[in-house]
Amino acid sequence: MILVLNNRVDRNSFELLSKARKLADKASMKLAFLLISNSKKNVEELTRFGPDVVILALHERFERFSLDPFLSTSKKILEKHSPSIVLAPATTFGRTLMPALAASFRTGLTADCTELDVDEKGNLLQTRPAIGGNVMATIVTPFHRPQMATVRPGVFEIEEHEKRDTIFIEEPVENPEDRCQLVRVEPKQAGAKLEEAKIIVSVGKGLRKKENVELAFRLASLVKGAVGASRAVVDARWLSHDHQVGLSGKTVKPKIYIAAGISGAVQHLAGMQTSEIVVAINKDRHAPIFKVADIGIVADASWALSELIRRLERDDDGSRQ
Amino acid sequence: MNFLVLVKQVPDTEKVKIDPNTGTLIREGLDITMNPLDAHALELAVSLKEKFGGRVTVLSMGPMNTVDVLRNAIALGADRAILLSDAALAGSDTWATSLALAKTIQELSIQYDLLICGEKSTDGETGQVGIELATLLNLPVISYVSELIEIGRDFVLVRRSVEDAHEIWKAPLPVCLCVLKSVAEPRLPTLSGKKKAMDAKIEIYNVKDIKIDPEEVGLKGSPTRVVKVFNAKVSRNCTIYMDKDVPEGINRLVELIRRTLAGEPV
Repeated sequence: MILVLNNRVDRNSFELLSKARKLADKASMKLAFLLISNSKKNVEELTRFGPDVVILALHERFERFSLDPFLSTSKKILEKHSPSIVLAPATTFGRTLMPALAASFRTGLTADCTELDVDEKGNLLQTRPAIGGNVMATIVTPFHRPQMATVRPGVFEIEEHEKRDTIFIEEPVENPEDRCQLVRVEPKQAGAKLEEAKIIVSVGKGLRKKENVELAFRLASLVKGAVGASRAVVDARWLSHDHQVGLSGKTVKPKIYIAAGISGAVQHLAGMQTSEIVVAINKDRHAPIFKVADIGIVADASWALSELIRRLERDDDGSRQ
Repeated sequence: MNFLVLVKQVPDTEKVKIDPNTGTLIREGLDITMNPLDAHALELAVSLKEKFGGRVTVLSMGPMNTVDVLRNAIALGADRAILLSDAALAGSDTWATSLALAKTIQELSIQYDLLICGEKSTDGETGQVGIELATLLNLPVISYVSELIEIGRDFVLVRRSVEDAHEIWKAPLPVCLCVLKSVAEPRLPTLSGKKKAMDAKIEIYNVKDIKIDPEEVGLKGSPTRVVKVFNAKVSRNCTIYMDKDVPEGINRLVELIRRTLAGEPV
């Protein structure tokens, strides 16, 4: 059995189920989804992605993630169903719960996979960027079960699967203990929504100064897009980490990715190379970003952004007349 | 109050090489440094020690040249530095590493109220060892800690940063905190700190000292195996617009944006 584990019914769950369904078919395994949550809202949606079983562990304690109750509950359910593969999204949820689960089962865990496959023996082939994105490594867990991996959000396509008779099982949850206590939750302001934008204007240090980042926001708002950033820009505090695209930031795949003043370190490429069309704007003709771009404009990035704004603002006026 | 900080030596990720046979890092002959995120974890511990008293111990597992990184930790305010180093540990994955570190902490009876680790290392980028270790030690864990708000005799109050919210958590001591950069800004070593580090004794142990079964660690004891390493292939055929062609490139991009906004195929 392949078991996909999450604490909510969201696009990460759909991505993982879509991919896992293919693996399960290839290896003739059953596919289960384990939802540990405070509500069964939207669980019916999961059936579109082909799980054989949906296991529900519901308790009011599960409204926000906390390691103790999630670990004790998931451990019990995994012991009962003994899946041979366990997958979870590489979110703050998956990246906290999965290492604790792996340690409890004395098994291996591969972090932040960007490709998954199974071989004829049912071994999970887990591929992830290694060593700062310089290379890709494929990792297996040959002699320990379950085989565990967290999977990078935004990498796998969401694909609906033909309807099947999904069985729903509700596992009893006894009041789970928690040594930690949640005092307060302060919601974050809706961020740049990078993952959903059709057009991303991403900025690098080639913009020369912090004030020029404003140009990216003006262009992004004109094209109803979002603003991304290289790590250098985030490290220099021109933009918050929410904007960072790349290995230690977000993975995006918009229709158009505009890399303005980004030289294109491998770490950055890891987060945007699946974009449909990549446009690179850079003064340096030899910047590595041009190797992964479809359209390359060799020019000053701030100037080019201003030029694009000027042209598209004219459109905007035109449409209002 | 006692603080235990996990520290990892990392290579300069720009110039690393990998062993084509084992798929693991060739660490020899590379410039090494303290994992940048660990420096934030260490600074948090040192600043708390300066306020409330106590001792800061840094613990690392790695090759012998890790001594330099631990010396640097002492220059930055750590009081005690421990290195677990043995050829038998080479190639350990996160499970084997966590197991070896857990045994070291137990065997040496290292005292701590806070076990602090950086979110992840810049080389492996798994962020797993802190949590796996804490699980082996049966410690509560708060991950993605962005700020330590208050620390009392038997509790700590922290801010945790997740995708949709900041959460304030109260945890009992001892606890494991996996921290983000924002918890503390690392200081530069002072001259007196450097002097102290020169004279400091770095405690070095091997697997025999810690009574670790060599079969349980290293490549042999690791559940995961790297079976293939390959170059990430990323290249597209780029149409370059430069010099007098730049306006044409801008035109093409404007047209592309217009079509995308109109929902037309591009």
